[in-house]
Amino acid sequence: MKKIKPWLYLAPAILFLGFFMVYPLIDVFIYSFEEGYNSASQTFRGIGLYNYMYVLRDPYFIQALKNTFILVIITVPLSTGIALLIALGLNSIPKLKDLFQTIFFLPYVTNTLAVGLVFMILFKKTAYSEGLVNMLITGLGGSAIDFMDGPYWAKMFVLCFYTVWIVLPFKILILTSALASVDENLYKAAKIDGTSRFRIFTRITIPMISPMIFYLIITGFIGAFKAYSDAVALFGTDLNAAGMNTIVGYIYDMLYGNGGGYPSYASSAALILFAVVLTITCINLTISNSGKD
Amino acid sequence: MKIVLDHLTKRFSNRTKGLDDIIAVNDFNFEIPDGKLIGLLGPSGCGKSTTLNLISGLEKATSGKIWFGDDDVTDLPPENRGVGLVFQSYALYPHLTARQNIMFPLQNLKGKDKLTKEQMNEKVLEAAHLVQIERYLDSKPNQMSGGQQQRVAIARALVKLPRVLLLDEPLSNLDARLRLATREEIRRIQQETKLTTVFVTHDQEEAMSISDMIVVMKDGIMQQIGRPQDVYDHPVNLFVAKFLGNPPINVFDGKIENGAIVIGNERILEIEGPEDQEVYVGIRPEGFIVDESGPFHVNKKQIEIMGRDTSIVATHPNMISESIRIIVTLDSRDELPSTVGFRLKPGKVEIFAKDTENNIEYSVRESV
Repeated sequence: MKKIKPWLYLAPAILFLGFFMVYPLIDVFIYSFEEGYNSASQTFRGIGLYNYMYVLRDPYFIQALKNTFILVIITVPLSTGIALLIALGLNSIPKLKDLFQTIFFLPYVTNTLAVGLVFMILFKKTAYSEGLVNMLITGLGGSAIDFMDGPYWAKMFVLCFYTVWIVLPFKILILTSALASVDENLYKAAKIDGTSRFRIFTRITIPMISPMIFYLIITGFIGAFKAYSDAVALFGTDLNAAGMNTIVGYIYDMLYGNGGGYPSYASSAALILFAVVLTITCINLTISNSGKD
Repeated sequence: MKIVLDHLTKRFSNRTKGLDDIIAVNDFNFEIPDGKLIGLLGPSGCGKSTTLNLISGLEKATSGKIWFGDDDVTDLPPENRGVGLVFQSYALYPHLTARQNIMFPLQNLKGKDKLTKEQMNEKVLEAAHLVQIERYLDSKPNQMSGGQQQRVAIARALVKLPRVLLLDEPLSNLDARLRLATREEIRRIQQETKLTTVFVTHDQEEAMSISDMIVVMKDGIMQQIGRPQDVYDHPVNLFVAKFLGNPPINVFDGKIENGAIVIGNERILEIEGPEDQEVYVGIRPEGFIVDESGPFHVNKKQIEIMGRDTSIVATHPNMISESIRIIVTLDSRDELPSTVGFRLKPGKVEIFAKDTENNIEYSVRESV
């Protein structure tokens, strides 16, 4: 009787997680090795690594992988750095801190697609307008750039800009509270000892909030690798045509996209993404742990 | 380094509109002699920490001046005053080892004061030796006990050879046993370094035990400054009398009448000097001598024997406090009657004016 009780208490969670997390995970794993799977007849020809070979050779996947990596490498450090600067700024204006914190937090509660629309207005060329940013560029004497349908770097720039902007609020929030939780006496002690502001920042502030910075970097990496909706909000659903697909976008396309119906390829791509995220997270954790001692 | 506070005042504007400013430190005017250990003593909110912050430079004075020797440091920022400050919470940098913590102030030195690595290490070892924490130099603060952390904090304050050492409630985060040891430690370090040291405490026993001088404060106003025993023996007012001493002084409603201190209808002490008036009478717990034929009687409530002390807890119709505590030495566990008679030691009886609560001087009339 004693042995059953704990399992009874755990049963709802185990059943729920089992159905919606563990089973699909195992299923994805199996799918990824089933060659020539036919979703209509639910049959397959054999078991092997063909799906992986296919995905890794698919130029659309390579493009998606490249896009995702560029996005991760640019936006994670940039957004964390900018968030830190803004958080430091906020902390130095205690009177207006709450007001600005609220303003900075607004993008976080705004719908992704609504933000995408705003970016359209900023960047998209239409029959009637060049877009706000282009008006600025031409106003300053430059020549207009087609951000949404133009060169790859321009589209990438918009995507990165968008991603940084949308993840900033959360990071600012986390970092302002991290900064506020640093013991005031540490700063007083440093001041008495004549520590320069730069040294206070590098030797006290940064180490004291480093757990939060690492948290933001790790979750930032994971989040950026899983980016999809941002690209859709900016470039529409046919991301392959725009050349702006991401790994998750590729997985989605394989499942439901134009024609769709390739769960095996989607599963392989998902597992490749999983392997990449796992590797990067392990590297991150190793770095953050080695910084501790 | 002698410290002089010259009409020092610190006023905080009240955040709630319409309320008066808070005067944390009101017209402080005293001198701390060179090389002495001074205790700033008072209940919480009396302005003692503010005073310390003014001396350290973390707070700017509203008016008045602070002198370190012949230097006017009133407008100097903390780093140029040459003070070492030990915080109540120690404020050690948690991510640095004890060694790195102690070295931190040295690494700030610039220009001609800049030290080489070897010089720094030497100074760190010297400071660590002084506070006896050499063994823990490579531990992080969270691996050390409260007492060890505090020694590190003191070493960090001392390593840059300050002119003045300031300690904010240095003992209040330690447990009782450690507190005794640490206060002697602070005394030893102070005497070895001969630094003018100011420490803040709300614990009168702590202040009395190690200070060369104590400054008693209340509501931002300095009450009395002097050697601990002098202040204890001659408190200037009722507040100081009540604040010093454990158990506290027993206070009664009384009066001066026909050359005697009278409580109720008993003439407890024949005196000369003051005119007839209503007064508060304070009698130290150790000022009683059991004497059946003595002039003063109280109602015994219970006897508490704690080690060498026997205290009689008693009541009296004219007492101001909840009960009276009397410390006596009883050789045999004498059965005391329910009403106990006492003679009083004259030096242990103080009288205070009803209106100002200031001490009234008197002399004892020798009985013929």
